[in-house]
Amino acid sequence: MKSSISRKILMALSGFFLMFFLLQHLSINILSVISPDMFNEVSHFMGYNPIIQFIMQPILIFGLLFHLIMGMYLEYQNNKARIKKYVNNKPNTNSPWVSRNMIISGITVLAFLILHMSDFWAHEMNYKYIAGSPEDPTRYWEELHHEMGEMSHLIIYTIANIFLALHLLHGFQSSFQSVGFNNNKYTPTLKKLGNVYAILIPLGFIFIAFFHFFTQSH
Amino acid sequence: MSEKKDMDLTLKIWRQKDAQDKGQMVNYPVKSISPDSSFLEMLDVLNEDLVNKGDEPVAFDHDCREGICGMCSLYINGEAHGPDRKVTTCQLHMRKFKDGDTITIEPWRANAFPVLKDLVVDRSSFDRIQQAGGFISVNTSGNTQDANAIPISKIDADNAMDAATCIGCGACVATCKNASAMLFVSAKVAQFSLLPQGKVERKERVLNMVHQMDLEGFGNCTNTGACEVECPKGISLENIAIMNTEYLKASISKKA
Ligand code: HEM
Ligand code: SF4
Ligand code: FES
Repeated sequence: MKSSISRKILMALSGFFLMFFLLQHLSINILSVISPDMFNEVSHFMGYNPIIQFIMQPILIFGLLFHLIMGMYLEYQNNKARIKKYVNNKPNTNSPWVSRNMIISGITVLAFLILHMSDFWAHEMNYKYIAGSPEDPTRYWEELHHEMGEMSHLIIYTIANIFLALHLLHGFQSSFQSVGFNNNKYTPTLKKLGNVYAILIPLGFIFIAFFHFFTQSH
Repeated sequence: MSEKKDMDLTLKIWRQKDAQDKGQMVNYPVKSISPDSSFLEMLDVLNEDLVNKGDEPVAFDHDCREGICGMCSLYINGEAHGPDRKVTTCQLHMRKFKDGDTITIEPWRANAFPVLKDLVVDRSSFDRIQQAGGFISVNTSGNTQDANAIPISKIDADNAMDAATCIGCGACVATCKNASAMLFVSAKVAQFSLLPQGKVERKERVLNMVHQMDLEGFGNCTNTGACEVECPKGISLENIAIMNTEYLKASISKKA
C-alpha cells in the first residue's frame, strides 16, 4: 500500500474485480429480456442467499469503495506532482482522451451509481429489513419493468453507460499493464478483446433499458 | 541543402532569473533562420543577438548535440523535444517549422525537476534513483570471468540493449500528465533484470529504485502511454510491465 507500484497494482485488481462483477450483473439482467420467470428466480436467489447477501455483497461494496477512493487519491497525488503547468500543452498528440480522463468517466459512473443504488438497492434494503415485508419470489421483474418506464431514467442510464464504456476502453487494457502483463504476442489481441468488452457490456445495459422502456403496457 | 528559404519566427520563451524568481513568457522575434539548422542552433542565433544587444542570453541545457547524451530538453509547442518523433531537441530541425510560425519554448515541468534558470531544470532526482540501485556491483576477485562465458539469448540481449538506450533526458516525465518517472526507472530496471549479471541484485534494485522514485515526488503511472510516444529513444511500455512484475515478486519475497 505504501509505494506507487503497489497502489497501482491494487487499483488494477479492484478494476478486474469490478469488471468481473459487471459481466455477472449483465448476465442476470439480460434474463429480464428473455424470460420474466427466469429473472425472478435468479433475482430471488441473489436477494436471499446468505452467502451472496452477507459475504459477496459486502465484498463488492468494499471493492467499489476501495476502487473509487484510491482512484481519487491517486488523481489528487498525480495532480500535485506538477504544480506549475505548461502554458502550451498538446496531450492529444501523444495519448488518447479516455486514458487521461479516467477521473471524469469514473465520477460520472459514481454519480450514476448513487442514483442506481437509491433506485434498486435502497428499495431492497427497505423492503427486506426496514419494512420487513414477506418474501415474494415474483416481484422483481415487475419492479424493474416499472422503474425503467420513465424517460428520465432511460436518458440517465444511456449517458452513464456511455461514460462506463469510456472508462473501460482505457481501464481494461490498463489493468493488464498494471499487473505486469504486456508482451507482443498476446497484448494486441487483449487490447481488441478489451475494446469489445468495453463496448458490449455498456451496450447490453443500454439495450435492457430500452427494451423495458419500449415494452411498457401503459 | 534544402529547397526551403530562410524563416522569420516569433519565439515565446520562458524566462526565469533563478530558482526563486516567478518567471514569465517573453516574446523574441528571430530572422533569417536556415531550415537546415537545428533547433539549438536557432537558439544560438537568438542568444548571439541578445548578447550583442547587451541582454542576458537564454539559458538552456545541451552537450553532445548529436542525440546521445540526454542533456538537451525543452517543451516545444506543447510537446517534449518538439513535434518530431524519436528525436532529441538537438536533432530537431527547423525545416519542421514554417516561415512566420510562433513557437513556444518551455522548460520541463515537474516538481521533481525544479527550474534553475530559464529553460534549465535540475534533473538530479534521476541521478539519485540511479544511485539507489541502477548498477551492478562488480567485486573484482583478480580472476574475472569472461563475459562471453555466460550465454545470453538473443531476445534477452536485444531487449536489454533496447532498454539501455535510455539517455535519461526526462522527456517521459515532462510529457506524462502525472509527471511520472516510470518509463525511465523501468528502462533502468529492465536493462539489468533481463541479463544474468543483473539477476543477483534484482530484488533490492527494483525495491530501492522505486522507493527513491517515490521519495523524489514523481507522480504515479496511469498507463496513458504518452511517455513512449515522446521518448526520443523509443523506450517501450513493456519495460514498465516488466518493472511492475519485478516489483510485485520482490515485495512479496523481501523487505525493502
Ligand atoms: C463498476 C464500475 C467501475 C469499473 C468496472 C471500473 C474499472 C476500472 C479499471 C479496470 C481501471 C483500470 C485500472 C488500472 O489502470 O490498473 C480503472 C481505473 C480507474 N477508475 Fe474505475 N471502474 C469503475 C468505477 C469507478 C468509479 C465509480 C470511479 C470514481 C471515481 C473510478 C475511478 C477510476 C480512476 C480515477 C481510475 C484510474 C486510476 C489509475 O489509472 O491509476 N472508477 N477503473
Ligand atoms: S525513457 Fe526515454 S524519455 Fe525517458 S529519460 Fe529515457 S530516453 Fe528520455
Ligand atoms: S545535446 Fe546531447 S542529446 Fe541533445
